Amino acid sequence: MTKRLITDSSEWSFPLLERFDREIAERAHNVYGLDTYANQVEVISSEQMIDAYSSVGLPIYYQHWSFGKQFVATEQTYRRGQMGLAYEIVINSDPCIAYLMEENSLPMQALVIAHASYGHNSFFKGNYLFRTWTSADAIIDYLVFARKYIAQCEERYGHEEVELLLDSCHALMNHGVDRYKRPAPLSMAEEQRRQLERETYLQYQVNDLWRTLPRQEGSAEEGGEIRWPEEPQENLLYFIEKNAPLLEPWQREVVRIVRKIGQYFYPQRQTQVMNEGWATFWHYTLLNHLYDDGLVSDGFMMEFLQSHTSVVLQPPFDAPYYNGINPYALGFAMMRDIRRICESPTEEDRYWFPDFAGGDWKKVLDFAMRNFKDESFIAQFLSPTLMRDFHLFAICDDDREEHLNVTAIHEEQGYRALRQALAEQYNLGTREPNIQVFSVDRRGDRSMTLRHFTHNRRPLGDSVEEMLRHIRRLWGFAVRLESVDEQGRVQLVGEAI
Amino acid sequence: MSHFIDRRLNGRNKSTVNRQRFLKRYKTQLKRAVADAVNKRSITDIDSGEKVGIPSRDISEPVFHHGKGGVRDMVHPGNREFMRGDKIRRPEGGSGEGSGQGKAGKGGTGEDDFVFELSREEFLDLLFDDLELPNLVRNQLIGTTEFKTVRAGYATQGAPTNIDVVRSLKGAIARRTALGAPSRARIRELEEEIEGLLATGIGEDDIQVRERREEIDRLKTRIAALPFIDTFDLRYQSFVKQPEPTSKAVMLCIMDVSGSMDQVRKNLAKRFFILLYLFLQRNYDKIEVVFIRHHTIAQEVDEQEFFYSRETGGTVVSSALNLAYEVVSERYDPSVWNIYAAQASDGDNWDSDSGVCRDILMQQIMPLMRYYAYVEITPRQHQSLWYAYQEVMAAHAHFAMQQIDGTDDIYPVFRELFKRQDV
Repeated sequence: MTKRLITDSSEWSFPLLERFDREIAERAHNVYGLDTYANQVEVISSEQMIDAYSSVGLPIYYQHWSFGKQFVATEQTYRRGQMGLAYEIVINSDPCIAYLMEENSLPMQALVIAHASYGHNSFFKGNYLFRTWTSADAIIDYLVFARKYIAQCEERYGHEEVELLLDSCHALMNHGVDRYKRPAPLSMAEEQRRQLERETYLQYQVNDLWRTLPRQEGSAEEGGEIRWPEEPQENLLYFIEKNAPLLEPWQREVVRIVRKIGQYFYPQRQTQVMNEGWATFWHYTLLNHLYDDGLVSDGFMMEFLQSHTSVVLQPPFDAPYYNGINPYALGFAMMRDIRRICESPTEEDRYWFPDFAGGDWKKVLDFAMRNFKDESFIAQFLSPTLMRDFHLFAICDDDREEHLNVTAIHEEQGYRALRQALAEQYNLGTREPNIQVFSVDRRGDRSMTLRHFTHNRRPLGDSVEEMLRHIRRLWGFAVRLESVDEQGRVQLVGEAI
Repeated sequence: MSHFIDRRLNGRNKSTVNRQRFLKRYKTQLKRAVADAVNKRSITDIDSGEKVGIPSRDISEPVFHHGKGGVRDMVHPGNREFMRGDKIRRPEGGSGEGSGQGKAGKGGTGEDDFVFELSREEFLDLLFDDLELPNLVRNQLIGTTEFKTVRAGYATQGAPTNIDVVRSLKGAIARRTALGAPSRARIRELEEEIEGLLATGIGEDDIQVRERREEIDRLKTRIAALPFIDTFDLRYQSFVKQPEPTSKAVMLCIMDVSGSMDQVRKNLAKRFFILLYLFLQRNYDKIEVVFIRHHTIAQEVDEQEFFYSRETGGTVVSSALNLAYEVVSERYDPSVWNIYAAQASDGDNWDSDSGVCRDILMQQIMPLMRYYAYVEITPRQHQSLWYAYQEVMAAHAHFAMQQIDGTDDIYPVFRELFKRQDV
């Protein structure tokens, strides 16, 4: 093949970006079979990037002081030079919106296009969590609606009031997700929404909690001590939205907005390693492909590899800048490893991965991308080779013992335990406290009892008091938090009356 | 196919509202931080923005999270020496090799204050929040004695120097065109008739032709007689005077530099003057500062000398007041200038002089002033000057005095002097 460099300049221009995009898209779609949403690539300045940061990357968001705080913090660290900005932000929407910073050089822009517009994009479209939990085509509309609605509420009920409500909702944002139920589509037409609001209103009119007429003695159920809700509820925000007796309809709608947006981010929190690994793997593969085809120069590749390697750097645990396992590094290594296992499996690989060792790597990777989240992905695909490469070791920190205990290292006897431990580290269920609505005293003081189901005796952090006050504000009546240990013993942790 | 959009020209400050909300929410904490900052930092750079810190716990957004304790399994990379079953000493502080939580990584400031920079405007807003310049309203109402000359189109009358030549000549051309138009039309008509007549074979001498030629000549004379320029055409540039609210202020800094004022006290005074200067700057476009220092005699000096030169000797405050009065009456017409004065002293004065000071102030200076602030920098008991000034204060609402003990007092005292006066 003759050399047919696209360019040897490192300055980008719109025609060049389009050209790169065309070349990358052709390979991504035709050679590697990536399925993506349409792409929308927006070039922005670094200030705008900081803006985008502070609204969690969403192109439009309602207004709240905490985003201002985020903005101030980001701006500060950026100005001091303590932190470079991300080269890109990508949003799970259809079309998939990716931001490029104007300061990036051409190789960086190409990397970002491959990474975000084809890597992340295909992940958003394919992964089961995103398919189940988010509707990419509706999110932007929903955000526009949310912003307008909250602005209206501020006008009508005052900034303060809305801000307090949002504070409390934000505190519970991570507890506003149904983990097992498929949610309704995020956005809906205006009419449907209105209807829903009325429904909610009616529901709360007939709510048992609201009933003030004393029951006739005779009709009271046996014992009268049926716990309500019958099943513990893990979705605190949903429970509050539907059942808090004193919330106004608009307040319910605000709770709902925060809940819906929290839900939108829920898959992201569970697929960090996979998502970044997938995107990194594809920018690496795609740009190398361009190089193999002679489209880009050596200088281009050097610059690209320089950024790439710094992204996938994994410092060892005793390095001063060690900050946990780098999801880019782990994810990228695992994706590459899967390809290696398919293309040139060793005996060990055949023993560990009989299903796909020697198989078609594109199919295996596609399968993995579609059907797993971090926890299960690691449990399924982390190979002994990688554990050795990363020199992984597991430590058990038991506060009853004086020393930390090394429970497994990268050796034959340790592989399974190590893999299990690492997978568990990415299990949201253990990472975040498991707190559920246990009961509500409907006949009495309407107080709500929450239960924290402890795992490995890990207690709650010091934010409990404040959190209870937030929940109290939403619920409107006293809130109690109990913790249940593994033996089923119940203990009162805190109370907000 | 991908769609490329250039968003760089879109607004950059999408987060401004959120930033403002953040500042508003933490106004109390910020004000405290700003007040601390004023007292701490060196005076020369008070004009710039300021880094302020708010305790992180005040602005944290709580979520349920796990605390310390219990059993935790962690996986780390980079093992070199450990074997299964090894016991490792628990690292201090919970981070590091054992439980690399990496808390300190975020933002680099760890668990400390949430530190960020306020712009100069934000800083000054917070610094002077709830303060107001006494008598500012009055300034704006009565301060309209200064005029600014502005163009106001053209007038038909005026001084010859203001004649607008171009405009006048344009008018003349128009007039001549207008007045000559009927004659010229008639001439054209006549010429056409002559041509028509000639075409029928009639000679030049024919009566009809001659009559017409004569009429043309008459008309041409009439056109020529139109004046090239007429008084009617003249246009004058018109200027009117617009009253302008005064936005000029002069600040008189009066300081005692006698032997008893040491450098520490001078620094305190300087801070006070600078606060006042900044505060005035927010309210006036233009500020002049006059430095008057005195011991037994008063001098007008420049800033450097004012703050740093060393003098010794006794104290006669009235000398400075006299000089101040002279300076004002010579250079600063009170109808044009808003005059503020700040006096700093340790309170020492010749006993017999205090009464003189009181009289000068009451009779000469105070009527000229917008505001007169006196700060006494002394931890000791008040002396005669203070009591003399108390009489002034009783008589004049725009006279204020406070005592400063140390650095920490300056800002509160300043606030006290300029706090918003409820009407």
